Amino acid sequence: MSDEHFLRVENLTKTYGTTTVVKGVSFDFAKGEFISLLGPSGCGKTTILRMIAGFETPSRGSITVDGENITAIPPNQRRLGMVFQAYALFPNLNVGDNIAFGLKVAGIGRDERRTRVEEMLKLIGLPGYDKRFPYELSGGQQQRVALARAIAPRPRLLLLDEPLSALDAKIRVSLRQEIRAIQRELGITTVFVTHDQEEALSISDRIVVMNAGDIEQLGTPHDIYNRPATRFAATFVGQLNTLPARISDAAAGQANLGGRTITLPGLPSGIVNGAEIGLAIRPEMLSPVPRAESDISLDGTIHDVSFLGSVVRLRVDLQGTMVNVDTFNDQSAVPPSRGDAVAVHMASRDLMILPR
Amino acid sequence: MRAPPQSRRTMTEIPAPGRPIRRLNLEWLGVAPFIIFAVMFLILPTLYLVSAAFVGRDGQLTFDNIAGLFTDQILAAYWISIRISATSAGIGAIAGLAITLAIIRGRLPDALRSAIMTFSGVASNFAGVPLAFAFISTLGRLGLVTIILKALFDIDIYRAGFNILSFWGLTLTYLYFQIPLMILMIAPAVDGLKREWSEAAQTLGASSWQFWRHVGFPILWPSFLGTLSLLFANAFGAIATAYALTGSSLNIVPILLYAQIRGDALQNPGLGAALALGMIVITACANIIYLVISARAERWMR
Repeated sequence: MSDEHFLRVENLTKTYGTTTVVKGVSFDFAKGEFISLLGPSGCGKTTILRMIAGFETPSRGSITVDGENITAIPPNQRRLGMVFQAYALFPNLNVGDNIAFGLKVAGIGRDERRTRVEEMLKLIGLPGYDKRFPYELSGGQQQRVALARAIAPRPRLLLLDEPLSALDAKIRVSLRQEIRAIQRELGITTVFVTHDQEEALSISDRIVVMNAGDIEQLGTPHDIYNRPATRFAATFVGQLNTLPARISDAAAGQANLGGRTITLPGLPSGIVNGAEIGLAIRPEMLSPVPRAESDISLDGTIHDVSFLGSVVRLRVDLQGTMVNVDTFNDQSAVPPSRGDAVAVHMASRDLMILPR
Repeated sequence: MRAPPQSRRTMTEIPAPGRPIRRLNLEWLGVAPFIIFAVMFLILPTLYLVSAAFVGRDGQLTFDNIAGLFTDQILAAYWISIRISATSAGIGAIAGLAITLAIIRGRLPDALRSAIMTFSGVASNFAGVPLAFAFISTLGRLGLVTIILKALFDIDIYRAGFNILSFWGLTLTYLYFQIPLMILMIAPAVDGLKREWSEAAQTLGASSWQFWRHVGFPILWPSFLGTLSLLFANAFGAIATAYALTGSSLNIVPILLYAQIRGDALQNPGLGAALALGMIVITACANIIYLVISARAERWMR
């Protein structure tokens, strides 16, 4: 089995009664990849993770890790590590004993366990914490210990079930960077479940966007964000403006947008003249000042201004269509005000024709 | 560090400096009935018993009553009381834990859990004469179950050595309320065992037994021991069931105490007070063990 197919999921299906929560999902991941399963609540991402872990039995399909079909193997024989949303540290064991748990049940000797625990504590930046109990640690520290506990027995696959959801915003950002750094250092194949698109985009090698039990798109963060394959992927990942347009000359790839004729890149086949379409564009691709690549300009009125720190978000009324325009904060410039007239500039190449 | 208590007064109610206004805290009214009952029927009688244990028939201070506890008959009564209480508490705790684990952690229907919890609420309070009568009616020499076993299966439990008026008969009767009490008291602790703990243990390679040995039972242990001590105290102080069931044929401390204070030939109120003091000390020890152990359990569960 090559490293390119280290984790292989084929036609994975899970049905409860008459409800199918995972619909024949298949994917292949390479050894050492960091993969995120991204989607809203109820999309089936956690069910897939739990089937990989062995806590749920697939109704159909198979799961293969490093060439071994683990579909019917009990969870305690799969040699996987898992980190849970609520840490799940054993409250009766101190940090050292928590980290050593997997080694102890595997029959590893005391000295080797101690050495490994010290290695792990150093790796997660908590040396000297081995005698503390979970209740003496902060949420972020507990989750680091949970990570150390999961990787101490050297699992072949690491499963992370929304491990950052219970933490506050600053800790989330720092801990996700630490998780990624540790994952890179150890080269461990990791499946990360999250509903937070920013988290998924920031640390993944590849992302599986899921919706209603099925895969909407599988790709790199750059592809998912810039070239969404489905309407759901386009709207779920990142902010998106949708501008109504009408096809004026399908053969020439031309459409009418706000009274102007624009040429669209890659008009899908089957679209006829007069068809109503939605043109999507990210807020950062719109600008209140012309850029070199701008070839479209639409007049509008500022409806609202939101200061988001490094970004200033303008809510602009473009002839009845509300769009968000993101600009970098400029401390020397006076921010625009509500009611100001504004010309919104964009490049036609940045427009995405939303798939149906 | 705890924040200082906040005043609930509004600005318009701030008293003038030097003239603090003392207001009746109405919350105390809510707990007043409990406090009055506890003072009248627990604290004052206890104080009376403690003082009476050191007063002789002539009204003078004496240690004769305490010394009287160390006779063979009374020591034997304490010993059999402790044995019955410990046995019924031990069996009740183990059986109650097994049932609780089955209905909460097992894959049994939810309705069964709710039915057992409801039954336990009733059964744990079913004691005294009705319980004694129920057991005599079923497991007495002419009890229904005794007769059925003999008639249908040719099993004579009395010929086999069983006697409802014996140590094991009383223990079995106590189990009727001890097991449900254990179920009611240990259920929150079993509920508190997070599913993620066993899942985490499994992903780390642990078998089910290894999870229970290293994680599950150690977490339940303080709650188990604490509840065990409460079951012990519960059985140790029980009188009505034992008296109604065995009369004076089984010499346990509550029956002996009853005999001392009810004015029959054995009457010695001072010795009765000393017997009661001994019971208070033993049940207090059981309750102190419970408090210490449950405080430890709560520390883990933070």
